[in-house]
Amino acid sequence: MKISATDLNKIYKKEQALNHLSLTLEGNKIIGLLGKNGAGKTTLMRLIAGHFQPTSGQLEINGQSPFNHYSITRDVCLIQENYNFYEKFTIDDILKISAVFYPNWNASEAEELVTLFKLKRKRKISALSKGMLSAVGIIVGLASHSPITIFDEPYIGLDASYRSTFYDLLLQSYQEDPRLIILSTHLIDEVSKLFEEVAILHDGKLLLHEKAEDLAENHCIVSGPVKEVDKAIEGKQVLHQSTLLGQKTAILYDQEIDGNYDSLTFSKASIQELFVYLTKEEVVKHGDRN
Amino acid sequence: MTERLNEDQPIFIQIAELIETSIVEGDRLANEQVPSTNEFAKHYQINPATAAKGINLLVDQGILFKKRGVGMFVTEDAKQIILAKRQERFYTHYVQPLLQEAKRISLTQEQLLDFIKEGFSHED
Repeated sequence: MKISATDLNKIYKKEQALNHLSLTLEGNKIIGLLGKNGAGKTTLMRLIAGHFQPTSGQLEINGQSPFNHYSITRDVCLIQENYNFYEKFTIDDILKISAVFYPNWNASEAEELVTLFKLKRKRKISALSKGMLSAVGIIVGLASHSPITIFDEPYIGLDASYRSTFYDLLLQSYQEDPRLIILSTHLIDEVSKLFEEVAILHDGKLLLHEKAEDLAENHCIVSGPVKEVDKAIEGKQVLHQSTLLGQKTAILYDQEIDGNYDSLTFSKASIQELFVYLTKEEVVKHGDRN
Repeated sequence: MTERLNEDQPIFIQIAELIETSIVEGDRLANEQVPSTNEFAKHYQINPATAAKGINLLVDQGILFKKRGVGMFVTEDAKQIILAKRQERFYTHYVQPLLQEAKRISLTQEQLLDFIKEGFSHED
């Protein structure tokens, strides 16, 4: 499957949610779609699922627009944070409808998952707790076996233990049936090891899209005595730096350090740390503002 | 292989090093099978492609070989290759930081050597 966005714009509720976004996601991979609140992630995922049309630009799946094309959208399963299911339906109803809607639906897998998450099939959606609702979303997402499966913050209300179960299930399901899985979450530290690729949106644009391993290789944290660090990072683009007790730490992205520095140590940041440094708004002290 | 992964190094390198360590320590002998990509992925909750990259790194270095349809196995020379590699970097990875800290806290050469001798005498 191939999702391609070209110069994609979406104005949603009078806000420019996506701003000339170009991005290609393809292959059977688990891809992390990251971004701060309001970066445009949910808008992009809903465009992929065909919920609405772009304001301008193209969004295509295998060369076709998903909007109003069931031949495309039946291959896409989007599980959102909430409002996935009609409130008056029971879990049983949801499973039956999903079986009709998703061509690759795996009923026995869905059954097993209902048991695993200890759900009561006769319960109405409106009577479920947040955690149980998330579990239903996860079950539908996994059992759909959709060629494009998208989870947008799928585990609100799920505790750390069930979240870990979800990661196990996701990996297992992916290994048995490799497909394009897009996972969007703010709990980056928990899931970053699951990603093969990472795409970060910022202000409706693509900030970066890389293999997770390359992201790890393309940056470094340099620390050591202030003078030495300053010498090493002179003229480089620095993501973040801080100094304390005569020691300095600087994070570089996409930059080589040349030369030999005995007194410096080099280490790696997590994807979550990198994400924070790449997208964070700096706090300005009162009085420093112009 | 129950060591935890950390953030300091790319995960695929840590996977490669875990396998190397198990070979050096004699947990895995020549011609024995190592865990599959899927087993690593499941155990460490990591992407299978990441695990595969770590394993392939060792294939490239002649430490593992692939038996088609069966899995990955330890080569005859694996242990020698790993020993040579790790001995070569021992000075920069372990001795240099040791000396740096010794200097920082004013340990003399004699005191340092005594520590090392003491350490060796506890070995058996």
